[in-house]
Amino acid sequence: MNTSGQSLIRLEGVSKIFHTDEVETHALSGVHLEIRDGEFLSIAGPSGCGKSTLLSILGLLDSPTHGNYWIHTEAVEKLSLSDRTRIRNREIGFIFQAFNLIGDLTVYENVELPLTYRSISSEERKQRVEKALDRVGMEHRMKHYPSQLSGGQQQRVAVARALVGQPSILLADEPTGNLDSKNSEAVIELLRELHRDGATICMVTHDPRYASIADRTIHLFDGRITEGAPPGECN
Amino acid sequence: MQLITLTDVEKFYESGAGKTWVLRRINLEIAEGEFVTVMGPSGAGKSTLLGIIGMLDGAWKGDYRLFEHPVHKLDNRRRVELHKQYIGFVFQQYHLLDNLTVAENLDLPLSYRDIKKSEREGMVADALDRFQIVAKKSLFPNQLSGGQQQLVAVARAVIGKPKLILADEPTGSLHSSQGKIIMDLLKKLNDDGTTIIQVTHNEAWAAYGNRIIQLADGWIVSAQAKAGA
Repeated sequence: MNTSGQSLIRLEGVSKIFHTDEVETHALSGVHLEIRDGEFLSIAGPSGCGKSTLLSILGLLDSPTHGNYWIHTEAVEKLSLSDRTRIRNREIGFIFQAFNLIGDLTVYENVELPLTYRSISSEERKQRVEKALDRVGMEHRMKHYPSQLSGGQQQRVAVARALVGQPSILLADEPTGNLDSKNSEAVIELLRELHRDGATICMVTHDPRYASIADRTIHLFDGRITEGAPPGECN
Repeated sequence: MQLITLTDVEKFYESGAGKTWVLRRINLEIAEGEFVTVMGPSGAGKSTLLGIIGMLDGAWKGDYRLFEHPVHKLDNRRRVELHKQYIGFVFQQYHLLDNLTVAENLDLPLSYRDIKKSEREGMVADALDRFQIVAKKSLFPNQLSGGQQQLVAVARAVIGKPKLILADEPTGSLHSSQGKIIMDLLKKLNDDGTTIIQVTHNEAWAAYGNRIIQLADGWIVSAQAKAGA
């Protein structure tokens, strides 16, 4: 049911090559990947397999060396720098392993950040921030600073910040990597609920317990997809 | 002029067995233009003290004056305003947003002030020049070394021209050569008149300051007098 949506993201023949001194490192090789609206995809693989590079490319934080990337129907490689920034800020919500909250901004201000670059009235901003905080059960902590919260609570705030701009997709890079198992499960449960409500999620994890809650898992090894066929095709 | 006056500031947590003290009877004066180092073992209360001075922590007792403002009497909203007006924070873990460019990260604190966009752009451009990171303005934090990320974080802390910089182990995640660049930068900001309070474990970095305050188990166990006093 969740794989029946429209194609949101498509990668074709994407590779990423880093040059250091005289060595060529192929961080990604010939990656084909489609993510449909409403899907929950996990990317698994050992460290160094290219997971984070793939996520950086998906998030428009980095560009492929070769290959094509479409988000909706936009060909990313043809975009100007300012269009890339606009699409990144509007279409993509990021959740990081280290939460990435700013310590001297309140919970409310941290969640409001993605909206500060948009022309939205302050009244609507307020409504959206409160709704996002309510969604993750952190509305009562609005005036606190990150250091006054547990790790699990901080990650919930980070999820609210990712949601507040109403992005097309959430990219989560090891969202449980800094959490104990109880808090990890709470954050995973939150992602699962968001997915149930229609969010498209792409999560990098090396924990097989959490990978298995996704609709589909692709496995990366040495920069190639080794398992996990695109939807509708056989491997 | 005194920038900070703490009088009998205390903090504790209620626990099953009674009170767990974090800070005890802290009396401290810091004048404008000082560069103060707070040292002490882990758990001594150093970061807690910095959090109280920075008004990130509101759960404490005692008197705290910042300039003429009696912080202990102010509500949360007013404290947030004072924080934004006077204080820049530098954290060990940089606290940059990984999905924003260097220039966008620098703009963040300005977006919380009533400053026109064109003026903000000018301030960001000045900061990029001053910290010699113009070439990095369109890069993302994970494309920079740790030292460069902290440089951006310091640039962001000072972009709103705060009177006070609070730095919590600013070199704690850096190699010593990168650490020295950050410390030299703090020293220069201090020479230009910015008051600095840093927490560090490193003796060499402590020596950048004009005096050292030692904490242990929540108490000030030794405080050098102000130089020349």
